[in-house]
Amino acid sequence: MDKKLGVYICSGCSIGDALDTDKLAQVAQKEYKAPVCRVHSFLCGKEGVEQIHKDLQEGAVDSVVIAACSPRVKAEAFALDPCMVQERVNLREHVAWCQKPKDEDTQMMAEDYLRMGIVKAQKMEPLEPVSDEVSKAILVVGGGVTGLTAALEAAAAGYEVVLVEKQAQLGGFVGTLKSRFPRQAPYTEMEPADLADQIQAATYHPKIKVYTSTSITQTSGQPGQFDVTLLKDGGTIVHRVGAIVMATGWKPYDASKLGHLGYGLTPDVVTNVEFEKMAAAGPLKRPSDGKAVESVLFVQCAGSRDQAHLPYCSSVCCMATLKHSEYVHQQNADAKVYIIYKDMRTPGQYEKYYAKVQNHPGTFLTKGEVDGVGKAAGGKLSVRVKDTLLGESIQVVVDLVVLATGMVPNSADGEAIRQLHDAQAKVLRNESDTQRQEAEKKAEELKAHEGTEILHLTYRQGPDLPLLRYGFPDSHFVCFPYETRRTGIYAAGTVRAPMDSGHAQEDALGAAMKAIQSTELAAQGQAVHPRSRDMSFPSFFLQRCTQCKRCTEECPFGTLDEDEKGTPKPNPYRCRRCGICMGACPERIISFKNYSVDMIASQIKAIEVPEEDEEKPRVLVFMCENDAYPALDIAGMNRIQYDPSVRIIPLRCLGSMNIVWIADALSGGIDGVMLVGCKYGDDYQCHFAKGSELANRRLENVKETLQRLQLESERIQVTQLAINEYGKLPVLINEFMDKIREIGPNPYKGF
Amino acid sequence: MTQEASGKPDAKKVLVIGGGVAGITAAIEAAEAGCQVVLVERAPSLGGRVARMNQYFPKLCPPACGLEINFKRMKSNSSIQVLTQAEVQDLAGSPGDYTATVKISPRYVTDACTQCGECVKVCPAERSSEFDYGMSKTKAVYLPQANAFPALYALEREACPAGCDLCVKACAYGAIDLNQKAETKTISVSAVIAATGWVPYDASKITNLGYGRCANVVTNVIMERLASVSGPTQGKILRPSDGKEPKTVAFVQCAGSRDENHLPYCSAVCCSASLKQATYVRSAYPEAKVKIFYIDIRTPGRLEDFYTKVSSDPMVELIKGKVAKVEEDPATKDVILEVEDVLHGKKITERVDLLVLATGIVPQTQGLPAAATLDEFGFVDNRPGKTGFYGAGCVRRPEEVSATVQDATGAALKALQCAVRSAHHG
Repeated sequence: MDKKLGVYICSGCSIGDALDTDKLAQVAQKEYKAPVCRVHSFLCGKEGVEQIHKDLQEGAVDSVVIAACSPRVKAEAFALDPCMVQERVNLREHVAWCQKPKDEDTQMMAEDYLRMGIVKAQKMEPLEPVSDEVSKAILVVGGGVTGLTAALEAAAAGYEVVLVEKQAQLGGFVGTLKSRFPRQAPYTEMEPADLADQIQAATYHPKIKVYTSTSITQTSGQPGQFDVTLLKDGGTIVHRVGAIVMATGWKPYDASKLGHLGYGLTPDVVTNVEFEKMAAAGPLKRPSDGKAVESVLFVQCAGSRDQAHLPYCSSVCCMATLKHSEYVHQQNADAKVYIIYKDMRTPGQYEKYYAKVQNHPGTFLTKGEVDGVGKAAGGKLSVRVKDTLLGESIQVVVDLVVLATGMVPNSADGEAIRQLHDAQAKVLRNESDTQRQEAEKKAEELKAHEGTEILHLTYRQGPDLPLLRYGFPDSHFVCFPYETRRTGIYAAGTVRAPMDSGHAQEDALGAAMKAIQSTELAAQGQAVHPRSRDMSFPSFFLQRCTQCKRCTEECPFGTLDEDEKGTPKPNPYRCRRCGICMGACPERIISFKNYSVDMIASQIKAIEVPEEDEEKPRVLVFMCENDAYPALDIAGMNRIQYDPSVRIIPLRCLGSMNIVWIADALSGGIDGVMLVGCKYGDDYQCHFAKGSELANRRLENVKETLQRLQLESERIQVTQLAINEYGKLPVLINEFMDKIREIGPNPYKGF
Repeated sequence: MTQEASGKPDAKKVLVIGGGVAGITAAIEAAEAGCQVVLVERAPSLGGRVARMNQYFPKLCPPACGLEINFKRMKSNSSIQVLTQAEVQDLAGSPGDYTATVKISPRYVTDACTQCGECVKVCPAERSSEFDYGMSKTKAVYLPQANAFPALYALEREACPAGCDLCVKACAYGAIDLNQKAETKTISVSAVIAATGWVPYDASKITNLGYGRCANVVTNVIMERLASVSGPTQGKILRPSDGKEPKTVAFVQCAGSRDENHLPYCSAVCCSASLKQATYVRSAYPEAKVKIFYIDIRTPGRLEDFYTKVSSDPMVELIKGKVAKVEEDPATKDVILEVEDVLHGKKITERVDLLVLATGIVPQTQGLPAAATLDEFGFVDNRPGKTGFYGAGCVRRPEEVSATVQDATGAALKALQCAVRSAHHG
């Protein structure tokens, strides 16, 4: 059915001074036969907006193109039914404010942008959000202090919870402690570690179903519709849940690797976890002979902050050792405690506890490095410490040495397990010798991951969360600490990052909130962060699928599963709507109702490419709409001018760039293509994790296209840009235009 | 965002005080989980302290990137009502049923503003930019920041010459209203999140470190503005005394923090912040030397990687030591430091071009309702079991951005619980 397109052109904010808006209106009316086209001098004002609503109400119009300011502004004024076909054309920041007024090139730019907006709107379809039945129950994996807190807090907000614990009891590590170090005002008194109240509250809570001695054998489905199979007492139970909080905690670093610090030398060298157990069990005694402990030396960062062991800081050991020092002095006020540290780390209000413990006359703290631990007379231990504040090297003789070992997350490396399974399958299949050997090597390399699964997700991309670093499934985003790469699954507590139990409880709150939110948004068919509330989702024209698996492999969020042949099986609730799958597909069978390969291709086609002798080159710029596009807006707000030969197309993510667009553009006479996306690499800034990197990788294939067309590879440029580099962006555009002019016109013009 | 949030009787309504990264997060997270949110911010635009920063550690990415996404989330969400230049004057009632009185100061610029900037062209008056910590000036009518949200200009009426109405005449959209008056709104909510953030410790109180006395001694927050492209030097780090590029830059850690005479607590972020600012210096000036004087370097968790990376730069030297005295060379305005190098047990003297004081975080609790309980350091204390009123972010504990966001997300859940309870029983 033909759309009744209303095209609304604003002439305010110098748009009318820079452009001939009547001529623009003629483009809409004559070239595209828009049934309604209006020019208004203050479109975002009451009268302008009312006109749009009136046309819609009267049925004169059912789809709207607003050619005015950037879509980033006046969103409230121009807010329409979010499912309706609507498109914004940026005539202000991207034309009137950055180009010469009343200039032929400026007018051509504006007319092209209007054409591009109109053809896109013509191709768009109204949105119909997914609306299946959705569960809002939350699965909490792990019954330690983080899991218990997440369960109780989600239940307190009215949500059903399934709490699964592998051990026979709830309580985890904190449940075994003698005391917790102070986490709240006045920050000087140890706190009871007793979790009995919380355990009881969870056990008898009408909204919480607790499973102890239980493991997960399978998690299938998607947010709002996860089916979790639990194994308990040899039988299985299936629960449908909407979202998952993974709170599987930590384990102490393997002290047997710390022989250089004396571990294993005598039973009197213990870890901080062993020391905690000794203290909880009763009076502290030397493990070797049961004699009273009169002196203890604590070695901080035993394994942590050490490139040979754990390169990260385990965050809690300084506070834990201060607490342990108190344990020693509670028992024997005259005992001597030595603490050898790299840096004492007691952030925030914890400093108060450090000051308190430090003031005890029996506590000696020094920066230093333990150089060796040996046996001394009387069953004692002799510790050599170098580079101290007391002198070059000192020797301390003590009854007990405690190694403050760090935290290792209880996680599973979903991506590695997937690779392992792929390699194992390849070994079994009748592959060629070299392929089999490679697969065997890979399988051997990854065999430590065998059987480590926790969630057992049935995802094509692996059975557990992808890990960021050092085994932590943490977020890479400073601003968005819960952004794991599996929608609706949130890590919390010490499995996410090293933290103390107080912080873990707070983290549980945040993760529970994200879990709740993901079910609420799923129930409305809306996306979660960063395209919150987006109601579009990709559809797949599978008849033309060639099972190349690019989409299933490249989706950063593991949205797509595969059947045996490799045909993608979409899971819309897992989808973040970035369009990376659409960019990946060589058959162009993936599209959104308001974003598709065809829409962008039509936009490219709508650009009027002047003949060669007119000496007006045309360059297409694909721009990430999250960072580069706003940067160009700000350049416009600062009235920074740039070459009028460029035509910007914003993309949801540069990763949604399909290389067919580049081929289309170049074979249509466009002289060059620029791609501006977010930084990638270790410190990537792409909001969809891999988008800009994938776009860059796809360009390798474009080189072939260029060769086939016998075009210079310099006609394509990828640029990484941060949102605050708005001063640099116009310069980059101009430099690229200079280069294109130097190379000369695209020979395909006029074909 | 709408100007009028829904008044449904069963609306789960939450008040968020403060529109920095903590408040923005709390508001969005609560709204996306189904709450109606009123966000009250004292400044004319959102973003708070982070909006003035050049980059975040450890990724060295611009704060505007995350703010942009969050502003987009707000624009598409009619459940969030943003009130700027607004302050909570009173909070009455009890958890589940609070009545907040909010005073909204006049902006003199209405929602009709299109950001066209014609007013600025004609404005004859100037004001000191608080955004740049007073280091730059704007016209009396100004856009609070490049990516201002709400995207509206504001007018500082006190700066206007008597009788001037040039901006009114220049505005084609009738968006300037010099007769706007302060208004007071009462809002009923079930829960309150205080996310009022922090202020930098007043460096002039640390008399031995030379701030205010030596021209080339700056604080870490000022360093952020000097390094930022939107700052007074367009991102060039220059000596305040003569605008020269510094060749040696020193940082004094714990400037006021971990000090019984100033802030007895650790401000938690300054170590990573100085390491980050060391990268600003090093990337701008490949020849420049950086020295960091510290008590302990505190980079917990994966931030240790950042410490490892920055400290591996041979031009960055970390010295465990206490800075006893800071003086200025009257001729060159160089900064001369007397430091006790504790590891080597000796006194050293250093001459540097620029000295940065890593001043700490002071909770911004001024004007918070009485429902806020404070700890002995002045931070909001969320006691376990306390309902209805929650502190989030740096107002309750010094912490970096990602911990702040995490905390604010958690606070949003506490608020949701309270709202759900009152929606059921109310």
